[in-house]
Amino acid sequence: MKVSLFVSCLVDTITPQIGVATVELLRRAGCTVDFDPRQTCCGQPAFNSGHRAEACQVARGVLDSLGSGSDPIVVPSGSCAAMLQRLPSLFEEGEDHERARSVATRTRELSQFLVQDLEVTDLGARWPGKVTWHDACHTLRELDVHSEPRQLLSEVRDLEQIEAIGCDTCCGFGGTFAVKHADVSVAMADWKIRHIEKAGVKAVVSSDISCLLQLGGRLREMGSEVQALHLAEVLNTR
Amino acid sequence: MKPLDPIVDLDARSFGRLSKAALANDSLRGALDHVTTEFADRREKALSSAPDWEVWREQARAVKAHTLASLDTYLAQFIERAESNGIQVHIARDREEACTLVGEILQQAQASTVVKSKSMVTEEIGLNEHLLALGLEPVETDLGEWIIQLAGEKPSHIIAPAIHRTRQDIGDLFHTELGVPETHDVEELTAIARRFLRTRFAEAEVGVSGVNFLVAETGSFLVLENEGNARLCTSLPKVHVAVTGIEKVIPRLGDLDVFLRLLPRSGTGQAMTTYQTLFSGPKTDPDSEGPEAIHLVLLDNGRSAQLSTPLEREALACIRCGACLNVCPVYKQVGGHAYGSVYPGPIGAVITPALAGQESAGNLPHASSLCGACRDVCPVKINLPELLLELREKGDEGGRSESWGFTGWSWVASKPRLSSVLGRILTCTLRLTQSSGFLGKWTSKLIGALVPPLRTWQAERELPPMPARSFRQLWKAGLDSEEPSA
Repeated sequence: MKVSLFVSCLVDTITPQIGVATVELLRRAGCTVDFDPRQTCCGQPAFNSGHRAEACQVARGVLDSLGSGSDPIVVPSGSCAAMLQRLPSLFEEGEDHERARSVATRTRELSQFLVQDLEVTDLGARWPGKVTWHDACHTLRELDVHSEPRQLLSEVRDLEQIEAIGCDTCCGFGGTFAVKHADVSVAMADWKIRHIEKAGVKAVVSSDISCLLQLGGRLREMGSEVQALHLAEVLNTR
Repeated sequence: MKPLDPIVDLDARSFGRLSKAALANDSLRGALDHVTTEFADRREKALSSAPDWEVWREQARAVKAHTLASLDTYLAQFIERAESNGIQVHIARDREEACTLVGEILQQAQASTVVKSKSMVTEEIGLNEHLLALGLEPVETDLGEWIIQLAGEKPSHIIAPAIHRTRQDIGDLFHTELGVPETHDVEELTAIARRFLRTRFAEAEVGVSGVNFLVAETGSFLVLENEGNARLCTSLPKVHVAVTGIEKVIPRLGDLDVFLRLLPRSGTGQAMTTYQTLFSGPKTDPDSEGPEAIHLVLLDNGRSAQLSTPLEREALACIRCGACLNVCPVYKQVGGHAYGSVYPGPIGAVITPALAGQESAGNLPHASSLCGACRDVCPVKINLPELLLELREKGDEGGRSESWGFTGWSWVASKPRLSSVLGRILTCTLRLTQSSGFLGKWTSKLIGALVPPLRTWQAERELPPMPARSFRQLWKAGLDSEEPSA
């Protein structure tokens, strides 16, 4: 199957290894991956802060790069995928609306694509140790993705999955919230991390890059041994 | 006399200031984490024996949406029938009018002591402050409300006003305020409250209550409570004054059914509220029990303005169960007082700007990570994250610097080449900040000064090691040419 990758701006600039793992994983699952370098950001930072016009300006780049294709658009970040699915409400009429609708209907978060569309759960991965899944808010509540990543992790050799208390509670990132109310945002992350550490895991795994920067940022700051890993990184380990 | 502003400390920056204070208070945070988790767990448990939960939610949402779309008709019907039941109905446009009206009713009744059962609307209008200024003595009789009245505080939760206080706190408060021997035992504390409040019920000339639902069909209104204090407040004194918002009306008595199932399960996790009292007028026979007169004050205070926009109208469907507070990760960390409003949490962040004005409360919609947990639990399916987004769009919380920031960002981010070059400059600079010694220190300072949000981010969060190349560079450098391996 041919797929288009929307890698997201954060993965592109800060954590390209997650993008590489995603590409390798999709290829292992038999996909041909296309990446259009005209893509930048989905517009979410501006949209969630109440700056709709600026969000539209940036999201038009998504329409230019991905709006005319017919392949599934795979996104290794749940909140960006949710934003792409929201684009028809930002472009209310005309050709842009049609392109936005096309993007929205073709968009899949990574685990959703693997399990629902490809019907693959075993990608031959081996990752020794205990992990816990962090349900990113948009992945869970906007995309309704709950069992898919858990199914994928359950097929990883030597990996044990633990459900930490508050696995579906927000990590405190929330876009500009993380800097507007940085101390509250950090307190929210620390609440989660307390429960993650209590679960005795080696890693907290998610498929939302923002949550991983937030939780990983706090874990590194605290000098914790727990890692914050992307699902693609775990599934791509053999 | 102008009522005191019930919305304490609310200005454009208040959440930032008040949340900092809350985060520094370990006792508050311990109490909050414990009680909100308990409420949420009890709710989950109550739902496990309610297989039709989603059907009920949809039904309740539909009843509210229908009523709010023709609120004027149903209100007129309610008022007409309530008046024919002998209930004296008064309309108040704002807080000031509502306080004045209640004050006048109390003065006519020659009251000096007023017992009150829990009512968020009287908190909204600052009724207690107004009555005190008139020389009257309002006595809260809901245990939580009485505690915070003794402490001189505002409620910090819609249904559990003293949620921020531990029993140790309360024991100390009773000891200093009432002169009783110090105890931290819940039963003993409750017995103390009971002893003190009993005499007040007997003394009071007037009882003030809130209202949960106004029934248009019958002209009657319903009060829900768990402690029995509302029944005492509304049956012992000669006059009963109920105060509520105009949005509380529902069309038929039969519609109560679904709300009586949803509200207690959502709020406290109970299958049924302990006391459900339907008021249908004062006593007509002098030998029977109950008040001789019932007054009902219907408050607008910004509500009719909310009716005009479809999304904000949705917020008027709120039945004040408090479920959205219990699951809100922001509320769980900072508690209700941080919002500076008597209505805290996600619903408070939505309705406070309508009550207090965008100018002073416009920052509240930003006091959320937009996680959506509130939407999942709302019994009437209010789309709270969407409402918060809409209010963010309407407001100008970040001011000019944020607007310019996003204008600049969108200009760059809509140009793939430019944004990739600037992205690389940023990551390369960040790579330097991650190097040790002099260079790392100075580049950190430089980038902190140039990009203030990054400085804030990095103050307590460590970035991952910055990559040598971006994804698009790796793609161009060979990642693009590989074939599927399966």
